[in-house]
Amino acid sequence: MIADAKSTSTPMVNLTINDRPLSVPQGTNLIEAAAKLGIHVPHYCYHPKLTVVGNCRMCLIEMGTPQIEPDKKSVLKPDGPPEITWMPRPQIACATLVSEGMAVRTHSKMVEECRKGVMEFLLINHPLDCPICDQAGECRLQEYSVDYGTGGSRFVERKVKRPKKVELGPRVTLDDERCILCSRCVRFCQEVAKDDVLGFTDRGGHTTLGCYPGKKLENNYSLNTVDICPVGALTSSDFRFQMRVWFLKEARSVCTSCATGCNITVGSREGVVYRYTPRQNDAVNSTWMCDAGRLNYAWINDPRRLTRPLKNGQSAEWSDALPDARHLLREAGMKGQLAIVASGRASTEELFLVRQMAALFPAAAVDIVGRTGGHDQILVSADKNPNTSGAKLLGLATGKLAEIKKGIESGRIKTLFVQGENLEKAGFEAGLLAKLDALVVLDILPSPTTQMATWVLPGAAHVEKNGTFINGRGRLQRFLPSFSVKGHAHEDWYILKELLPEAEHTQYHSFHSVFEAMVRETPALAGVAWEGVGDQGTPLDLKL
Amino acid sequence: MAKERRIILKHIDQPGYAPDIACYKKHGGYEELKKAIRMEPGKIVDEVKTSGLRGRGGAGFPCGVKWGFITPNNPKPVYLICNADESEPGTFKDRQIIYKDPHQLLEGMIISCFAVQAKLAYIYIRGEFPEGARILEKAIAEAQAAGFLGKNILGSGFDLETVVHRGAGAYICGEETGLIESLEGKRPYPRIKPPYFPVVLGLYQCPTVVNNVETLCNIKHIIAMGGAAYAKIGTPNNTGTRILCVSGHVNKPGYYEFEVGSLTLGELINDVCGGICGGRKLKAIIPGGSSAKVLRADERFKIKQKQPDGSMANRELGVLDIPLDFDTLAATGSMAGSGGIIVMDDSTDMVRALANINEFYAHESCGQCTPCREGSLWMKKITRRMLGGGGRKEDTSLLKNIADNIAGRTICAFGEACAWPTQSFVEKFRDEFEAKAAKN
Repeated sequence: MIADAKSTSTPMVNLTINDRPLSVPQGTNLIEAAAKLGIHVPHYCYHPKLTVVGNCRMCLIEMGTPQIEPDKKSVLKPDGPPEITWMPRPQIACATLVSEGMAVRTHSKMVEECRKGVMEFLLINHPLDCPICDQAGECRLQEYSVDYGTGGSRFVERKVKRPKKVELGPRVTLDDERCILCSRCVRFCQEVAKDDVLGFTDRGGHTTLGCYPGKKLENNYSLNTVDICPVGALTSSDFRFQMRVWFLKEARSVCTSCATGCNITVGSREGVVYRYTPRQNDAVNSTWMCDAGRLNYAWINDPRRLTRPLKNGQSAEWSDALPDARHLLREAGMKGQLAIVASGRASTEELFLVRQMAALFPAAAVDIVGRTGGHDQILVSADKNPNTSGAKLLGLATGKLAEIKKGIESGRIKTLFVQGENLEKAGFEAGLLAKLDALVVLDILPSPTTQMATWVLPGAAHVEKNGTFINGRGRLQRFLPSFSVKGHAHEDWYILKELLPEAEHTQYHSFHSVFEAMVRETPALAGVAWEGVGDQGTPLDLKL
Repeated sequence: MAKERRIILKHIDQPGYAPDIACYKKHGGYEELKKAIRMEPGKIVDEVKTSGLRGRGGAGFPCGVKWGFITPNNPKPVYLICNADESEPGTFKDRQIIYKDPHQLLEGMIISCFAVQAKLAYIYIRGEFPEGARILEKAIAEAQAAGFLGKNILGSGFDLETVVHRGAGAYICGEETGLIESLEGKRPYPRIKPPYFPVVLGLYQCPTVVNNVETLCNIKHIIAMGGAAYAKIGTPNNTGTRILCVSGHVNKPGYYEFEVGSLTLGELINDVCGGICGGRKLKAIIPGGSSAKVLRADERFKIKQKQPDGSMANRELGVLDIPLDFDTLAATGSMAGSGGIIVMDDSTDMVRALANINEFYAHESCGQCTPCREGSLWMKKITRRMLGGGGRKEDTSLLKNIADNIAGRTICAFGEACAWPTQSFVEKFRDEFEAKAAKN
């Protein structure tokens, strides 16, 4: 796991930036210090999570230190502040650490000239192919061109030709002519992915990015290089040429592929998801996510998505589906013949309603389907459910799945409610499910389980609704909708509350009322508010 | 006029003088090591500080001050690196020492290692000197066999291992932090300073002294005569001798060793080197390796000079009156640099000369940081185009502006090295550059 904790005992250092005083912890560099005042120092190669190399020269600033008398006292100006000895040369803000009494100018004439110079240098051999570049719209070259670019070019020579459309690995494609050689990707592979496969060959203006001979950029974190590439050199082979980024609607969400719960931004347009990108959360995923999680979104766009209730495979109306399914569940519950298979991929709020269902009908047994797989030392958890902790907190992860299976075999369980799971993968063969009197399935895609269902109730993907997951370290995290549910499907909380006994319906009049009821009735969530969870989540004191 | 004073080159080129240890010892070799190894290491550092010796690699940094940054009882190992990556165009002094008197270098190195308590030393030699590397390796084996290198040197308890490392043909490996990266097995990308000053965080993040070949040889002679006596050679703040490498349009090009500041550029060119060849006239001089700013033959400089009584006086100097020392050349806006003096006569096309220099620096830019990587290649393309008849009116000021946007804004001094020629050529020979455009 990536830790960013800074010691709280770090001494503070006083300095001025553009004549504005501030105090920051010792060891802070000038890019971060200026950011505290809302001053952006332009940069390409600097990345807060990688070592500092200072190669782009975009963050040059003017820096000075107080004049010191032999008696170690500062020389003061007539009006009070200390006299500053300014360094004759510009310094790079990324590698310059704050010191007591330091003075910094981030936007002086000299600084602006430096930036204009660097911008011109970076663009002379750049292909300027913005109209067809995937980075367009989120490109640092474009952004800083607005501030420090010129209308025309003074360059009349031939540009350097470099490799185009290089498949560095299965998921990353390089356009080397766009590369500004900032080395972020190289450092990421060395320092974060621990897979030192990228490097530079050739020299000077002919320097070329590539993989070491015989190697590929194929580690499970390779797509982070695309995120941190400040220009359009490294592109995602998946996203390449798919959508102009300015058309993407962005929503804050959480990855669903494992219990780490990497914070993500979902990029979508008109109900279609185009990409996930990691969203910074230093308590969870720093600024990274794994490739497997990032590319696990195609199912949302699947044309086979369920958009209507189905009765025995035939299209039906909600007005029939909900009362009938409720009746089936209640009858079975009263006879002790009801079991529930909940899902570790459902939101905590949905699991709360499932727990209400299990208690009120009541269910003879309830459990979730566990899901495990490989893990690593970086982000990937062996628990492939995003919300096992939520299910555990609500008492739904009971380990009784085998018991439920046996119950069906023996005929003791006659009705089963399934939340978003394909039971075939959990060893529930079609023949077994055929023994049931009734099978009610809430899901978003057809599966062998929905094929056997008495009722299929179409729900919503996480990008179509609000909700929370509790990750493997007990952090409650929100996800927000990108767009609304497909066709006639409903958000799951609505379907679940409609399946409860009628007396319960009115108290759950909105998603937020479910959230609030869950908080009220769950001691571990005491004091938690939807707004308070925020975009970074909140740690819970769970004893799971 | 001052005569040559050969201290470093004393035996070099003498008939019968061979690069083997027997010959070196016959000429008094390793006597200074025997003396130094009985001294307190700190005393050696003090002697070097007293001597006023300035680095002979190019920057002219005081050697004793550099050594003084190595704190005693360092918890990390201390390394010493001999920078034998002599690649600055116009410079060919270190190779004379390496090829013809390698034991002088080794003796200077061993004493220096003892002074800073380095137990492992590297000689980083440029890849184009394969024979030099073989000579050094043979010399090391001889010194080892004689007990001057290896374990318990001369019974002192001091151990030193020396390794010859060949570069692979990159000029940037002469930049000390680039050299260190290269030694560590990486691309020779110079490091950012701060924090990576070699004496603090050098090779393998340990304190590391990097000295030039000629500098290290001087250490032997400082031990021989004592720091105070050495300081009397040359001129104040510009002590000792320097090997000057003269190339270009002179009758007797070659390497000469003089007390620093003891002769003027005019004396060197006209008296020592036999004047400009073919009876032509002097046009320009690059006084410190190709990266030093060019001096025009008719330039005059007003320079503040310290008088023997300590007072400052203004002196007006012509180019040929410039004494060859660190400070005066710096005051002219150029530098003593690596001691490579390139003389150009009035047949020289200055655009062609600059195009040649620009080709070199564009080829040798490591490409790590933006201004140098892009700017050096751009300047090369412009001067090449001008030579080909494609000069434009705006090229002169464009060249100057590109160079201005490089100098002072890069990770290492290569930025200046590639910008200074363009800045000075364009500024001082503007008419020639503009004439290239006038044809169009």
